[in-house]
Amino acid sequence: MSKVRVLVGTKKGAFILSSDGKREKWDVSGPHFAGWEIYHMKGSPVDPNRIYTSQTSGWFGQIIQRSDDGGKTWHQPGSPTEQAPAPGGGPASGVSNKFVYDTSEQSGKPLTTHQWYDGTQHPWEFKRVWHLEPSLTDPNTVYAGIEDAALFRSNDGGQAWHELPGLRGSDTGPRWQPGAGGMCLHSIVLDPSNPKRMFIAISAAGAFRTDDGGKSWKPINQGLRSQYIPDPNAEVGHCVHHIAMHPKRPGVLFMQKHWDVMRSDDAGDNWHEISGNLPTDFGFVIDVHVHEPETIYVVPIKSDSEHFPLEGKLRVYRSRTGGNEWEPLTKGLPQSDCYVNVLRDAMAVDSLDSCGVYFGTTGGQVYASADAGDNWAPIVRDLPAVLSVEVQTLP
Amino acid sequence: MIRVELPQHLRTLARVSGEVTVEVNGQATLGSVLDALEQAYPMLRGTIRDHGTLQRRAFLRFFVCAEDWSHEAPGKPLPDEITSGKEPFLIVGAIAGG
Repeated sequence: MSKVRVLVGTKKGAFILSSDGKREKWDVSGPHFAGWEIYHMKGSPVDPNRIYTSQTSGWFGQIIQRSDDGGKTWHQPGSPTEQAPAPGGGPASGVSNKFVYDTSEQSGKPLTTHQWYDGTQHPWEFKRVWHLEPSLTDPNTVYAGIEDAALFRSNDGGQAWHELPGLRGSDTGPRWQPGAGGMCLHSIVLDPSNPKRMFIAISAAGAFRTDDGGKSWKPINQGLRSQYIPDPNAEVGHCVHHIAMHPKRPGVLFMQKHWDVMRSDDAGDNWHEISGNLPTDFGFVIDVHVHEPETIYVVPIKSDSEHFPLEGKLRVYRSRTGGNEWEPLTKGLPQSDCYVNVLRDAMAVDSLDSCGVYFGTTGGQVYASADAGDNWAPIVRDLPAVLSVEVQTLP
Repeated sequence: MIRVELPQHLRTLARVSGEVTVEVNGQATLGSVLDALEQAYPMLRGTIRDHGTLQRRAFLRFFVCAEDWSHEAPGKPLPDEITSGKEPFLIVGAIAGG
């Protein structure tokens, strides 16, 4: 019988929630890396026992952790657990947390500043890894989306990281500006039908696409409209919160923007709004049903200044029509006095026959639905604030 | 032999439970003891000092014999109390709570 493993990153550690295919009884493992912020955990689609984790701290900076046994044990890639320190003072390893921006002349245009909140130019400074996206074909290849925004790749299981400088070095880089949460590259979407194509999104720069494996990037923000920036239709400057794609229909993208839920049917070249009858179109998460490419999920949040559900009612909204027509899903979710948020990487779907949907809240609850959102139940309800949720479907 | 006291989270990362000790060849300085620490425990690289600049991370401080050495030059020699192992070199979080 199939199993699922839910990977939960929180403000104070990582948790792994496991169940069989019924998704009724859960084992809870954790906290792993207790006391650290776990921005994201994600397993390799090629080798599900290979899990990458971003562990961060305001005191000690960035750590990358890796498990090769499904989360039972962890190590820093290149650390002495797999490679002893060189005797006699030779070069030591332990550089898996080394994220250094590419400033070489060979990369084209060394880029050292971006736009600060007040419009002045500000140095690019590494802060943390927001998102880890393992390759669809190679368990040793993984992408990292970082703050200040840039895309890095490791080809050796997370030990050494190198920037893909074409993104930051594109003409628009100096115009990127941080959102309230920082200038983070938070979404990385790989196209399973085209290994040269991927999509990324940055707050608050917008969405970008590469068609040549990451060498060059194109802003794909045509159709986005953001009232809070001087030019609402600018090429960049849009606060994209998350992007989702159905793997069997990679030309169709869904986006939860700061305000507005958007859709593109041409791989991001053009976007149109699909907020339709949502009670508010502000929010962070968006995801797609694993078997139904036109079924999508969002969690509407009241506004950009009040990050909690409308009327204290936690409601997932589902559209079965690819947007515009939305229905609230409330069974099992609190419908009074609920003032949590659901952050951008905190929703995921499994690939069982009856699609499971999962999301975590800043109140520490992780909710699961084993029937595509019709009914919900908390797996856990007292974790630290949830930063990210991913799910693995295991044989 | 130089004794080094680490914050709890760094002890966890280094997989040690108490103080650690390091050996420094030649004159022991603030910088060389950190070099030796990172050599012995490479998983700590980048957690105390920035990888590129080797600047102390903003929320960490260094103490030597009850004196704040956070802003001292890396080449400053450590006193005998530290190099003899009588007193530990302290690396502490700059914020006590939170």
